Amino acid sequence: MSRRLPNCMDDNEGIPVRLTVDGQSIDIDADPEMPLLWALRDLAGKTGPKFGCGIAACGACTVHVDGSPVRSCVLKVGEVHGPVTTIEGIGSAEKLHPVQQAWLEEQVAQCGYCQAGQIMSAVALLDEVPSPTDADIDNAMGGNLCRCGTYPKIRAAIKRAAALKTAGA
Amino acid sequence: MASIGKIARRAFLIGAAAVAGGVAVGYYYYRKPYANPLDDQLAAGEATFNPYVKIAPDNTITIIAPREEMGQGVSTTLAALVAEELDVTLEQVRVEHGPTSKAYYNAAILEEGGPFAFFDESTLAEATRNGMGVVGKFLGLQGTGGSSSIRDGWDKMRQAGAAARFMLVAAAAQRLGVPAGELETADGKVLHRQSGRTLTYGELAAEAAARSPPSEVALKEKKDWKLLGKPQKRVDMLAKVTGAPVFGIDVRLPEMLYGTVKFSPRFGAAPIRTDLSKAEKMPGVVKIVPLETTYGHGFGVIAQNTWAAFKAAEAIEVEWGKAAYPADSAAIAKTLADALASNGGSAMRDDGDVDTAFADAPREKIVEADYFVPYLAHATMEPMNATAQLRDGALEIWCGNQSPTLVREQCAAAVGVDQDRVVVHTAYLGGGFGRRIEMDYALCAALMARETEGRPVKVTWTREEDTRHDTYRPAALGKFQARLGDDGLPVAIDMKIASPSIMASVLRRLYPSIPALGPDKTIVDGAYNQPYTVPDYRVTAIAAPIDIPIGFWRSVGNSVNGFFHEGFLDEIAIAGKTDPVELRRKLMAAYPAAVKVIEKVAEISKWSEPLPAGRAKGVAFTQSFGSWVAEVVQVADTPAGIRIEKVWIAADVGTALDPGIIEAQLVSAAVYGLSAAVNQEITFTDGAVEQSNFHDFDCMRIFQCPQFEVAILENYHRMGGVGEIATPPAAPALANAIFALTGKRLRSLPLSREVRFA
Repeated sequence: MSRRLPNCMDDNEGIPVRLTVDGQSIDIDADPEMPLLWALRDLAGKTGPKFGCGIAACGACTVHVDGSPVRSCVLKVGEVHGPVTTIEGIGSAEKLHPVQQAWLEEQVAQCGYCQAGQIMSAVALLDEVPSPTDADIDNAMGGNLCRCGTYPKIRAAIKRAAALKTAGA
Repeated sequence: MASIGKIARRAFLIGAAAVAGGVAVGYYYYRKPYANPLDDQLAAGEATFNPYVKIAPDNTITIIAPREEMGQGVSTTLAALVAEELDVTLEQVRVEHGPTSKAYYNAAILEEGGPFAFFDESTLAEATRNGMGVVGKFLGLQGTGGSSSIRDGWDKMRQAGAAARFMLVAAAAQRLGVPAGELETADGKVLHRQSGRTLTYGELAAEAAARSPPSEVALKEKKDWKLLGKPQKRVDMLAKVTGAPVFGIDVRLPEMLYGTVKFSPRFGAAPIRTDLSKAEKMPGVVKIVPLETTYGHGFGVIAQNTWAAFKAAEAIEVEWGKAAYPADSAAIAKTLADALASNGGSAMRDDGDVDTAFADAPREKIVEADYFVPYLAHATMEPMNATAQLRDGALEIWCGNQSPTLVREQCAAAVGVDQDRVVVHTAYLGGGFGRRIEMDYALCAALMARETEGRPVKVTWTREEDTRHDTYRPAALGKFQARLGDDGLPVAIDMKIASPSIMASVLRRLYPSIPALGPDKTIVDGAYNQPYTVPDYRVTAIAAPIDIPIGFWRSVGNSVNGFFHEGFLDEIAIAGKTDPVELRRKLMAAYPAAVKVIEKVAEISKWSEPLPAGRAKGVAFTQSFGSWVAEVVQVADTPAGIRIEKVWIAADVGTALDPGIIEAQLVSAAVYGLSAAVNQEITFTDGAVEQSNFHDFDCMRIFQCPQFEVAILENYHRMGGVGEIATPPAAPALANAIFALTGKRLRSLPLSREVRFA
């Protein structure tokens, strides 16, 4: 399915870009230099990925491109070649991804602003390492800041998600 | 404290703030209740009982939790206060922040604004608390800060739930023709057990809400609580794990434009020469407008998307005026040192006769030290932002904020409309920590909305603007001395602390016509009001003249003075050859709640058991926001540097309404304090902040985060706050642990200037 969005005005001076986001084909007009994050948030209406730093230092903007975690605040939209998955594409309130389920059960989030990025990093970690060690978690999650200090619960939730995924597999 | 009377007679800055809000309107006005703001917001068939409860015919029950959710879990616990007495589950209710209204005034936020320790229950202290509560109602300040929300809501929100339940039961009694005493309530229903008949609250709401509210209601006893005192599932959790658009930055509106701001790097400096021509030609730019508020000068860029606005802001060429304050970190340090040497200031605690105690003290009994902490940014994860729309003389604003009534008041004045023509939608905050009690982000959006011909504009700051235009935790310099007695315990302590006044800075921005008079207790909060008994004990606050914007940073003055006081107390313990836990236990003997906290943290951390070589522990205690908190930090010497291995926290909060949320807040606040202690500082050159983003103002990350063990106590007879209380002891406990590990005494933050961390 393809759709045009109301924000795509002629004076944007962009070029047509087709993205596949969360399984949906989206056509936007964007400056190819524009970071994927802003194309998603402002042009495609996907506000799940968050703006935190703009320099790939906090991880709040983490999405998957072709299944790999990327910081969308520094990836130019013109250089995206592959399907994009955001927090809105991995599960929903009605059907949570096991990582979201674990986050809910561990009551991880406080302010919650970083959590979409944390969850996307955790999903990518568990896709690669089904039973991560503490060191694996440190490595995979070190780029995701949380100012509320939810790290102990993030660690617990990743381990819980690993168990949930194993049980569900 | 014996000397507090002479201090209380002086004018306090908090009093000046109260006058600004128009307190002098008499007792009658105070007694008069505010109207219920839900009255004109009801859906068809919906009924409201008071500002906290509305119920629809289909039994949709809505609880208003009118404090701002910034992660502290306040929406869940406030809703639980109402739900407990209304006899509904949290799963079956909708929880909303609700409208902006003075009816949701926060009285508790000011109650501890007087110059009294929390545990001072003298007549004067209590009278001041009551007076400040009245001030809170007068101001009608709907706001979240000072770890006050639950204390403020504790009675009135339980009463709101109980009153609504009373009215529902009375309506059911009439409908069923049975005595009210035969009716029970549970899960949003009224049950008549004898006949087996039940009515939902929704079926009764309209007739129940039409009844007169009871003049008095009985509240449940603690033993009968179903929700309170037990961990609840947070009402905001599902939205936050599914990426739902719940933050101010997620707002999307038809025809919306986007924007950003570029402020003078030197606070308050105006542009001398500006060239917008390059920026205005950038793709996607709609308009660039000058901005001027009490926060300073700058430009607002309005564009077709946020990225275009960011790029255009970079392209603005402007030469800014000079700084009207000490322009670099060395000049700031000198101003602090000069203030400290001035012999001025206000002794906020003055027990015994300190001057005499030191006059004849033998040299070997004296302990002296100078301490320093730097400026700090809040660095909320969600950068400052707000969305505004001005059309037909009405202003609408969407943002996360810590005071909707202040947003309404300030933005109405800025764009020149009446307050009743302003609607403020308060979103969840992607972090607050005191930053969002400020108004700059909302003012910028409101002013830029004047330029968009009725279209909404979402104004998002870059991280760089956010870092460089904060209202910072101020730097502070302390000079301390103690005289030891023959038993090693201190017989005299003299602490002088110089720092710019937060209250004066806040007043300059929010009420610039009000002069800042009198001492500011935030300069010494956490040092002057601690539960230690020392015969000669003086703590002096000296306001230093540095006009860099400063504000409320999680735990405010306690974040400074927790480090100062507890670091110095550790030095006293070592000099007097007393165990640091034992020293505190002895000095706190008059305050049993404090003793129990320090004993608890010693117990769970196995303080008295020896550690293997290469590991050490440090302890610290701070009473703040009505709660008593002790922390022990364990550090280890590793090849990569010092590793913070584990933190134990014991906290007495009086009454623990949600142990799960409280534990999360204690860990959170400790991590916040450790982040600052290890790594963070805001420094200045040529009047501008040197740091700009997380690469040079980093925060604790998952691989640096210690393990935590928390004990929550309920010994004290008054309820304390939760959201900030674990920040103050974190830095000193860490510094004291590093001393125990290395023998190196660290008196200046951040610690990474002197030691390497793993």
